[in-house]
Amino acid sequence: MTLNEICKILQADFIGDVKDLDKEIKMACGSDLMSDVLSFIKADSLLLTGLANPQVVRTAEMAGIAGICFVRGKQPQPGTVKLAEEKKIPLLTTKLSMHESCGRLYREGLPGCDELK
Amino acid sequence: MNPVADCIGKVYLAVMSSNNSKKDSFTARRKIPERRKTDDLKFTKVQELVYELKIGDAMMQKVITTTPQTSMSKLREILRDNRISGTPVIENGRLVGIVSIEDFIKWLAEGAQDCPIKNKMTTNVKTMYADEPLIHAVSKLDQTGFGRFPVVDRQSKKLVGIITKGHIIERLLRKMEIDYHEEEIHRYRASHIFEDIIADKVALTFRTYLKGGDFDRAGEASSGLKKTLERLGIHPQIVRRAAIASYEAEMNVIIYAESGEISVEVQPGEIHIDVTDSGPGIPDVQKAMQPGYSTAAEWVRELGFGAGMGLVNIKKCADDMELTSSPGKGTHLKIRIDIRTTQPQTKAG
Ligand SMILES: Nc1ncnc2c1ncn2[C@@H]1O[C@H](COP(=O)(O)OP(=O)(O)OP(=O)(O)O)[C@@H](O)[C@H]1O
Ligand SMILES: [Mg+2]
Repeated sequence: MTLNEICKILQADFIGDVKDLDKEIKMACGSDLMSDVLSFIKADSLLLTGLANPQVVRTAEMAGIAGICFVRGKQPQPGTVKLAEEKKIPLLTTKLSMHESCGRLYREGLPGCDELK
Repeated sequence: MNPVADCIGKVYLAVMSSNNSKKDSFTARRKIPERRKTDDLKFTKVQELVYELKIGDAMMQKVITTTPQTSMSKLREILRDNRISGTPVIENGRLVGIVSIEDFIKWLAEGAQDCPIKNKMTTNVKTMYADEPLIHAVSKLDQTGFGRFPVVDRQSKKLVGIITKGHIIERLLRKMEIDYHEEEIHRYRASHIFEDIIADKVALTFRTYLKGGDFDRAGEASSGLKKTLERLGIHPQIVRRAAIASYEAEMNVIIYAESGEISVEVQPGEIHIDVTDSGPGIPDVQKAMQPGYSTAAEWVRELGFGAGMGLVNIKKCADDMELTSSPGKGTHLKIRIDIRTTQPQTKAG
């Protein structure tokens, strides 16, 4: 599934300059606990989170995460956006809740991180 | 599709097609998304560049010009000798017109009676500024159907160059190649470091200092480590494990200690990451290692930390891990990661 398709499914908008519409996303994971994310997320996944601080981008950088989507309309601080641009990590924001965001993506065929071998 | 977009599209496809991921292998009850159609493709890479680059970056600076007094028969020689299809016309350093091969053909058709260019040139010249983004030239060439635009300096209005579709495509290709090569070169240089040094033992060490509570810069040390290891040509899976382990350790120092440092030693076969701090220490190391054990304060949890999984993660990523601590003095975490095997030899739990 491409980021562009994910945008449509979640009615999400891009934040910042990294608008990688064609980037392939193979799976997704939703969490607000960074150590959890670091322990089970795989590279090339989409991270859905309700947190919007710079450490989310750092976590994404370390784990090789393909993109971040902030749920419940969270808007990151300019510093967070700048860091993401530096690391070329696309950022999305959706008004939907964590539960509904994950549910919609799963229904449309995007698997979880422990499903895809 | 217009020729520029078409050509750029082809360039884009040629560049991006190697990136196409293989079809996903999972086949569950879930709907599998349809493959994208090619006309759906957005030219994002190129789009980015045409906004980033300026017309001045792409234009040709050496412009062959004529004057209003140059004769049409002389123009024939100029066009032929330089293999160009038109020239800007300059008088006293100012751009006063443009004469193209179409004007020339019209002149031929009308009997080819020799006269100065000023009788045949177009005087209402559309120009572009050197500081405009390249996208302006792309769309203007497309809208007007003109083959070229003289480029002038915004202040002095003096002619500084000329831009055609050919120049735009050439510049885009060059830029894509440069961007790609820059990182390649860093990588190439670094990855030879061990082969180029002759000694019984070769190691690369680097150290970064950490300040407790400095959340704005938290993660920078591990970010630097990640980049260095990538440039050394180390396998991405190993780089990822080292980066995650180092980041978890770095965050612990930032959260729990006043100051500390990360010292990394890369040897041909293994990476050692030593994280020391002069913080409060850990009273019960065994307990701290248990999944879910955390003493993190509320404000730390609000930032997304404090799951009590950091040390567990480090252990999972490392081939060897040793945590020692003296309460009141500080903590020392030693991590060793093998470079030769992508999977950790010792698994947690
Ligand atoms: N450098 C340190 N100095 C003092 N105490 C530490 C240090 N590192 C870890 N600890 C203690 O060990 C506990 C467990 O650490 P661990 O990294 O596993 O989890 P956490 O930091 O609490 O949460 P998480 O890492 O999941 O965000 C911490 O809560 C803290 O009490
Ligand atoms: Mg921790």
